[in-house]
Amino acid sequence: MSPLLSVRDLDVKFQITRPGDMPWTRPRYLHAVNGVDFDLEPGKTLGVVGESGCGKSTLARGLIQMVPATGQVLWRGETDLLSLSPRRMKPFRSEIQMVFQDPLASLNPRMTLGRIIAEPLATHRPDISASERRRRVAGMMERVGLLPQMINRYPHEFSGGQCQRIGIARALIAEPKLLICDEPVSALDVSIQAQVVELLKELQRDLGLAMIFIAHDLSVVKNISDEVMVLFLGRIMEKAPKAQLYDNPQHPYTQALLSAVPIPDPVAERAKRIVPMTGDMPSPMNPPSGCVFRGRCPRAQEDCARIVPQPEGGVHRVACLHPGPLQAGEVA
Amino acid sequence: MVMTSEQAVEAAALASKPRSPWADARRRFFRNKAALAGLAILVFVVGFALFGNSLAQWSNEELDYNVMGQIVELGGPSFASGHYFGTDDLGRDLFARTVQGTQISLAVGLVGALIACVVGTLYGAVAGYFGGRTDNIMMRLVDIFMAVPYMFVLILLLVMYGRSITILFAGIGLISWMEMARIVRGQTLTIKGREFVEAARATGVSAPIIILRHIVPNLLGVIAVYATLLVPLMILTESFISFLGLGVQEPLTSLGALISEGAGTIAYGTTWQLGFPLLFFCLTLFGLFFVGDGLRDALDPKDR
Ligand SMILES: Nc1ncnc2c1ncn2[C@@H]1O[C@H](COP(=O)(O)OP(=O)(O)OP(=O)(O)O)[C@@H](O)[C@H]1O
Ligand code: SF4
Ligand SMILES: [Mg+2]
Repeated sequence: MSPLLSVRDLDVKFQITRPGDMPWTRPRYLHAVNGVDFDLEPGKTLGVVGESGCGKSTLARGLIQMVPATGQVLWRGETDLLSLSPRRMKPFRSEIQMVFQDPLASLNPRMTLGRIIAEPLATHRPDISASERRRRVAGMMERVGLLPQMINRYPHEFSGGQCQRIGIARALIAEPKLLICDEPVSALDVSIQAQVVELLKELQRDLGLAMIFIAHDLSVVKNISDEVMVLFLGRIMEKAPKAQLYDNPQHPYTQALLSAVPIPDPVAERAKRIVPMTGDMPSPMNPPSGCVFRGRCPRAQEDCARIVPQPEGGVHRVACLHPGPLQAGEVA
Repeated sequence: MVMTSEQAVEAAALASKPRSPWADARRRFFRNKAALAGLAILVFVVGFALFGNSLAQWSNEELDYNVMGQIVELGGPSFASGHYFGTDDLGRDLFARTVQGTQISLAVGLVGALIACVVGTLYGAVAGYFGGRTDNIMMRLVDIFMAVPYMFVLILLLVMYGRSITILFAGIGLISWMEMARIVRGQTLTIKGREFVEAARATGVSAPIIILRHIVPNLLGVIAVYATLLVPLMILTESFISFLGLGVQEPLTSLGALISEGAGTIAYGTTWQLGFPLLFFCLTLFGLFFVGDGLRDALDPKDR
């Protein structure tokens, strides 16, 4: 069976115009996503992790033509989504839905819950009668843990957690096959985060959804992902099945991210080996030569400035010239 | 599921009635004293325009031969003669004329503002939403139109096609939408970057529906505020044109025309001929400004 989604060599570049640029000024580009590829099987979850600004949202938006992207995004092994005109893309938009980072901002403040949740259905299934639509909205609200009497309320009357449930209900009403969650819990209280992640897992299991779950730290995706992809400056650093990535990280960046994840056991937490991360985030406008991570890499050597490491390997891919488990010299 | 404090808050909120953003704005508006006073003034002025005629003893065209020739002595405001506001220079009842002038001025203001709202909002929202080249061309066009001295064009139109109220409405409507388009475009640029618009786009909602369903309703506050400020602007424009003697044609009149006449005869001591139209003119403008201000505060509580 071909994967639900297979992405090859996805690139997103933004042209940057600064105030004062003349029409003949040579355009500058910000390479936000650089040669990303992955496959996603139906019903599976890919976790995408990276620091703020590394291109996670842009990757998600590039997949569904929200920003101009190049490369290939093959849907069910047959349709390249990037080649479609907006009109021909429309049916696929009901199959791929998104959940956004800021729960309240992603809901139109002038619309009631009922209308917000119904919108994808009204857009893609105009044949469904209004009463049937209302029935489905009510069903979906119950499904995500919203009370039916909330249907005529406005978003500002709800807390972040409830708003995110509304966002999830909206995303699922048109029965998509793929759900892209762009940091769906980052804006929520820790206690609510777990509830929302549990809800997503439950819905995924029941509905057979595939999911791309974006987060900026590795702890959030651990629970929900089958595979995890670590991005840095728009490039894949490491990608592996969950167990391998967490237990046997090969890339210094992954190791650094993992060392930042708190361990619940206080003894283990104190004994933890902290990987020092020095240096600032390089500018995506002029990335360093060779390996983009080398400015912060404790393992960087002379060849890292010359050669751009490619994410190599079969299931466990590492984009590093000197991969390997955490070494003694890197321990603080 | 355990009841968290968050859920408790929501349970409490559910017990109350749904609060739409509009209901909230209404509550804030009615708590604002200045806005309420403005509203009361406006209601009074509109009531005067609508029902004033039933109080008038004279029509606005009738000449009172008793006072003719002795306006200064006999034409003053008096209940006995039935001329509550006195008469104008020709012996016509100034009360009836002020009622009519208020009607025309309000109509000019409302029609101008209405055209501005509809045309300006759609134009600005389309330019802002599509952005890029479309936006560039559309807004440059507005810049060009705005560079034309519109008063000159309007006067030219009135001279060429004769002084008709239709031309006046059309002319005022034509110039009033441009500023609105600019304001709406600016607001659209910020709204289209919000996540709920992105959510609609990602779902495949078409551009016209996004504009009408997601953008315009979130602009209504700005539009309403600007419209209430536009009405007085339109009234002022019309008054200015009337003042030049190019506005509405006799026997129709407007507040601007009445003020112009009153100002012309003030030297003879007929102060009421300027005073009453000016009073209603000022009341209308004050009322609208206070209401506009109140609306802005009510609809954009963050803005203060
Ligand atoms: N429309 C745009 N035009 C120009 N640059 C953009 C645009 N959108 C994003 N960028 C840039 O692309 C890079 C990646 O941004 P992106 O929003 O994808 O990061 P992210 O990983 O989602 O970060 P966060 O965790 O903060 O959401 C950033 O440097 C950002 O400034
Ligand atoms: S390629 Fe070199 S700089 Fe890059 S991560 Fe590996 S060791 Fe570090
Ligand atoms: Mg993001």
